[in-house]
Amino acid sequence: MTTATFKIWRGDAEGGDFKDYDTEITEGMVVLDAVHQIQAESANDLAVRWNCKAGKCGSCSAEVNGMPRLLCMTRMDTIDIDKPISIEPIKAFPTMRDLVTDVSWNFEVKKTIKKFNPRPPDAEDGTWRMAQEDVDRVQEFRKCIECFLCQDVCHVLRDHQKTEEFIGPRFLVYTAALDMHPLDTEDRLEDLKDAHGIGFCNITKCCTHVCPENITITDNAIIPLKERVADRFYDPLKKLFRRLFGKKS
Amino acid sequence: MDSYKTFEYDVLVIGAGGAGLRASIEASAAGISVGLVCKSLLGKAHTVMAEGGIAAALSNVDDRDDWKTHFADTMRGGQYVNNYRMAELHAQEAPERVHELEAWGAVFDRTGDQKILQRNFGGHKYPRLAHVGDRTGLEMIRTLQDHGIHQGIDVHMECTIIRLLKEGDRVTAAFGYDRERGKFRLFKARAIVLATGGYGRAYKITSNSWEYTGDGHSLAYDAGADLIDMEYLQFHPTGMVWPPSVRGILVTEGVRGEGGVLRNSEGNRFMFDDIPDLYKDQTADNPEEGWIYTQGDKEARRPPELLTRDHVARCIIREIREGRGSPHGGVFLDIAWIREKLPNAPEHIKRKLPSMYHQFKELANLDITEEPMEVGPTTHYAMGGIRVDGDTQMSTVQGLFAAGECAGGMHGANRLGGNSLSDLLVFGKRAGEYAAEFAKENGATGVDDSAIADTIQWALAPIERQEAEGSGESPYQIQYDLQDTMQELVGIVRTQEEMDQAVEKIAALKQRADQAAAPGNREFYPGWDTALDLHNLLTISEAVARAAARRQESRGAHFREDYPDKDEEWGKTSLVVKKGGDGTMEVSREPVMDIPAELQAIIEENR
Ligand SMILES: Cc1cc2nc3c(=O)[nH]c(=O)nc-3n(C[C@H](O)[C@H](O)[C@H](O)COP(=O)(O)OP(=O)(O)OC[C@H]3O[C@@H](n4cnc5c(N)ncnc54)[C@H](O)[C@@H]3O)c2cc1C
Ligand code: SF4
Ligand code: SF4
Ligand code: FES
Repeated sequence: MTTATFKIWRGDAEGGDFKDYDTEITEGMVVLDAVHQIQAESANDLAVRWNCKAGKCGSCSAEVNGMPRLLCMTRMDTIDIDKPISIEPIKAFPTMRDLVTDVSWNFEVKKTIKKFNPRPPDAEDGTWRMAQEDVDRVQEFRKCIECFLCQDVCHVLRDHQKTEEFIGPRFLVYTAALDMHPLDTEDRLEDLKDAHGIGFCNITKCCTHVCPENITITDNAIIPLKERVADRFYDPLKKLFRRLFGKKS
Repeated sequence: MDSYKTFEYDVLVIGAGGAGLRASIEASAAGISVGLVCKSLLGKAHTVMAEGGIAAALSNVDDRDDWKTHFADTMRGGQYVNNYRMAELHAQEAPERVHELEAWGAVFDRTGDQKILQRNFGGHKYPRLAHVGDRTGLEMIRTLQDHGIHQGIDVHMECTIIRLLKEGDRVTAAFGYDRERGKFRLFKARAIVLATGGYGRAYKITSNSWEYTGDGHSLAYDAGADLIDMEYLQFHPTGMVWPPSVRGILVTEGVRGEGGVLRNSEGNRFMFDDIPDLYKDQTADNPEEGWIYTQGDKEARRPPELLTRDHVARCIIREIREGRGSPHGGVFLDIAWIREKLPNAPEHIKRKLPSMYHQFKELANLDITEEPMEVGPTTHYAMGGIRVDGDTQMSTVQGLFAAGECAGGMHGANRLGGNSLSDLLVFGKRAGEYAAEFAKENGATGVDDSAIADTIQWALAPIERQEAEGSGESPYQIQYDLQDTMQELVGIVRTQEEMDQAVEKIAALKQRADQAAAPGNREFYPGWDTALDLHNLLTISEAVARAAARRQESRGAHFREDYPDKDEEWGKTSLVVKKGGDGTMEVSREPVMDIPAELQAIIEENR
């Protein structure tokens, strides 16, 4: 029988502390299993979010030994159990209770991004035509499970708390998915530059490194969006061209 | 008395999966106020986990497909005891609902001629499932969510409804608590839509999450509504079996749709050994024909691995019982073998089944492009549910509607893969539409204060019990014992004796549940959630056990070892579960709805 010691952060908005729990580790276990076991054995009131237990819903985000992870996709056999394992809530957002944080800001931010606005249907029957190669990129972005781990590691949100000025990597990916959607006709560049603060991102790529869906957030989403913004607002020739011909970007 | 906050809407939707979101969108489009309540955060409901696809006769891949064939397939899969009207509307309206998703931003995989791609799935005659790799549910829920947040719907996340309140025979409000703060809330509404999903958590091995405790089924039952077809519970043939902690997690049927085969420990493709008569003409009798079918050959017949789920699950159980199982008590599901057929097989598999590749790699340390998976049946989907009118989705209680997995009838004795996501869209929309209509036609009503006081007292009991007596049982232990009971006694293969025993055990568990104690505070407290959910799980388990004990024949997902054959008389009978006047559960026989001649003709043409 192998046991491991977990240091789990217990507390609420007012504050809290790490508490030690020992539990048995069996083959194939993930960290979420250990947390559930502890919950059933000795901490009935330990708060943790989860749903799918298969990396599909993005509910169980937390920091394991300081690394932002999905608890359900972190196998115990990838962790050194000779030392105590720390589990604490993600840091970029206010703590609610134990491992649960108040992520409601994210849901509010999303509403401020202009919704999908398709061109008129291509065919008589009201349907559209799109080629697979033209939707590959957008499909990559749409893999996002809204775990907000990228938001958690982005220094603009985590360290500088710029939640009023910057929407964070998750919503830059979301904007990119809309903007690069072959059918979309909406213009979001001005919002990106002003209200959504794309300029705050200085391409550290921390977000890309933690994304459990392996979305190339920085290279595929943020940088192309930055280029679009730069072309529109900072390239005098293109600006003139657009004024003359009224093109979208 | 503990205080509570009151909200008032024209329509209240309980549940924010595909059905609830679609219902909310439709109701708010009617220009009325809509509230939406869900136990988790928005976008995390079960629908997010759906993998394989949405069934709709778009005829993009095979132009022979049409709604009639889809209807006939659905009825055959359901063994002809479906609510035919729902099956008809579902087949007719699914294509429009899928196109609507595209108009709201969904990005499905494409065909060569730039339309929505469709894939093969068990029991569907033609390739019919619109999909996005194997993460279709995510695409669907995100599309509905992102569209819905701009419709002025008032969303209450992480809030659990524990009681429906009535005035006379009409439902007038829902009462619940906000999980984040542990505070009570009253939602008054002119019409209420239940869209709470299923109850797989009553079983030990399940593909379902903690949310699936049959709340909607049980709320409706307690409010006096009929439940129907409760004996039909789908066990998906392929859940993960190893390692133990992931046991039950789903392996999409899409694996078989893409050419994956089932083998026993002797390397035999055992699905060829037993092909039911109903499907003989449509099923390949050799491996090569099965393979070319999965690769789009229109003349070929489908491989036996794509027979309906009830049958595949039973064949797997047979192999395991007769000693031909895999090392960890399953059978082998092999997609890696297609390397013999396709030069770029590993890339092909990763592209078609990305999340399966990921899931096995991360959770089982197994590369599915190299090695076979080990799989076994897992509790998956509730065919049985709240009895509704096929057109309006209203239950037998005035003003109470139901849509999605918590509604019963559409799928009969067995659901075809892909028919749930389409069901959510078609009937979510209808429920929203008719609930809005009901709300417009019927004025606001009152709420009974004593019922509220009673509910609060009941809900706080587990917390107070602990404080008063310092003892009481852990709700988790009672839940585990229930799961063991259902798994062992009301599983895939059933007998009278076992089910009678289950009914007795459930009664004993109910008494223990009355003593469940949840020490601690009320904020985001899973122990308290579990204590309250027990009431729902136990109610639904009893309904399943009682209905299953009653049906003395085998049909679809309901297999009786002591009555292994179909019975003609039972084929004309549905079982309805209802709360009797004295509070005990009643199960009654009712005739299956008569199928009109023109629909019967469609069924005959497609036999
Ligand atoms: C792993 C997996 C894969 C699947 N793949 C497919 C597939 O490929 N194709 C297909 O057609 N089907 C598939 N299914 C089935 C399908 O996903 C489900 O049947 C469907 O998503 C159910 O949707 P729903 O809207 O009815 O409920 P859900 O999406 O489960 O939503 C239920 C909602 O109700 C809320 N709720 C429940 N109780 C309460 C309460 N007491 N108070 C407040 N809110 C409450 C929950 O929080 C949630 O928001 C799959 C199922 C699983 C588990
Ligand atoms: S790349 Fe930009 S968005 Fe991503 S973590 Fe760094 S600063 Fe934040
Ligand atoms: S982009 Fe990746 S890390 Fe960020 S929320 Fe989405 S899935 Fe999570
Ligand atoms: S529980 Fe769904 S991602 Fe971990």
